[in-house]
Amino acid sequence: MKSDKVLDAKGLACPMPIVKTKKAINELESGQILEILATDKGAKNDLTAWAKSGGHELMDSSEENGVYTFFIKKG
Amino acid sequence: MPVNPMTAKEVTKKVINKEAFFILDVRNEGDFKDWKIEGENFDYLNIPYFELLDGVEEILEQIPTDKEVLVVCAKEGSSVMVAEMLSEAGRTVTYLEGGMKSWSEYLEPIKVGDLTDGGELYQFVRIGKGCLSYMVVSNGEAAIIDSTRMTDVYLDFAKNIGASITHVFDTHLHADHISGGRKIAEATGATYWLPPKDATEVTFEYQALENGNDVQIGNTKINIHAIYSPGHTIGSTSFVIDEKYLLSGDILFIDSIGRPDLAGMAEDWVGDLRESLYKRYKELSAELVVLPAHFMIIEELNKDGSISKKLGTLFDENHGLNIEDEDEFRKLVTENLPPQPNAYQEIRETNMGKISPDNDKQREMEIGPNRCAVR
Repeated sequence: MKSDKVLDAKGLACPMPIVKTKKAINELESGQILEILATDKGAKNDLTAWAKSGGHELMDSSEENGVYTFFIKKG
Repeated sequence: MPVNPMTAKEVTKKVINKEAFFILDVRNEGDFKDWKIEGENFDYLNIPYFELLDGVEEILEQIPTDKEVLVVCAKEGSSVMVAEMLSEAGRTVTYLEGGMKSWSEYLEPIKVGDLTDGGELYQFVRIGKGCLSYMVVSNGEAAIIDSTRMTDVYLDFAKNIGASITHVFDTHLHADHISGGRKIAEATGATYWLPPKDATEVTFEYQALENGNDVQIGNTKINIHAIYSPGHTIGSTSFVIDEKYLLSGDILFIDSIGRPDLAGMAEDWVGDLRESLYKRYKELSAELVVLPAHFMIIEELNKDGSISKKLGTLFDENHGLNIEDEDEFRKLVTENLPPQPNAYQEIRETNMGKISPDNDKQREMEIGPNRCAVR
């Protein structure tokens, strides 16, 4: 999947992945896609819930070797 | 203004003393609904931390100023952030050190009684998860029953009271938490006892715990007498200690009874469970003090925080011991059961020695309440 911006939040503990995601999303236009890389296990549930409550769309997520990748489309 | 941490031990004290307390839980809603810090006089507000990134003004009204406020999250980080925001808004709050992770792992040792010739019996209350383990001490020797994976707690405790651990028991193969029994036995050279019927697939050496086994702790008369009481698992074994205490494992709890389904054999084991509870236990003295391996609800705590009741009282008051009709009993323990404990299959395999997850993984597998009972 193609993204407009990549946020590397690997190695960051909660709440930083979401704090940074929020900042990065603010810099995008509606409809653009942010790709997030994170290693915090809690990030998946929290990003999903956060995207939903903020009106954004979690388009895809995957995990490989302990690194989670998320694609969020700004609402 | 810096905010101060509150430890799981301090929160435990508030639970035991039934203090009024306010918890702002900033985990997501699903996690909060599934499992939280329980206290009889605790009030709660659950707002995920990611809804508060722009500020806490909107929730200030809902946070009381007339009682202590604790901010809680999964691991600590988010609760520190929210606590700092509240502090900047002029509120005095604390956060839970180590988050729910440390709440799940905290053990409160409580003495439940003196034994003949100067021995003592301690209950280790895992307040966050509802698991209970025990230490029998006599003449410089100690036995541990149903230990959790936080083995240092028992090793340090024994060291502090000058006892060496000589025997370690598990009443059954646990499905809700990872046993520390084998690790303690390896660290101390103690004998590790398991019921052989639960241990058919284990990958390590153990001593077979069977009906009628008597084990001496110290050189006094304190004996641990094993009673085969299948039903939660096929090997489940209870102990009578010092002819006064009945360690009932996951067969009988204070306000509930064990569930027979966690090894996938509910229908087969209903009859065993009924026989253990309605026949074998009936034959024991009503004066025995029942010490189970779990509690389910915080109301089960005695004034000192321990969990125990006389067997006779349980025969009067515990619903699970008062179902005359066998079909009704079968229905209770096989239908409409609560959800199974988190990762219970992996936990069973870990306790058999088949898999060896690292510490982080073990912690994650154990998240949530124990769910070993039916009411």
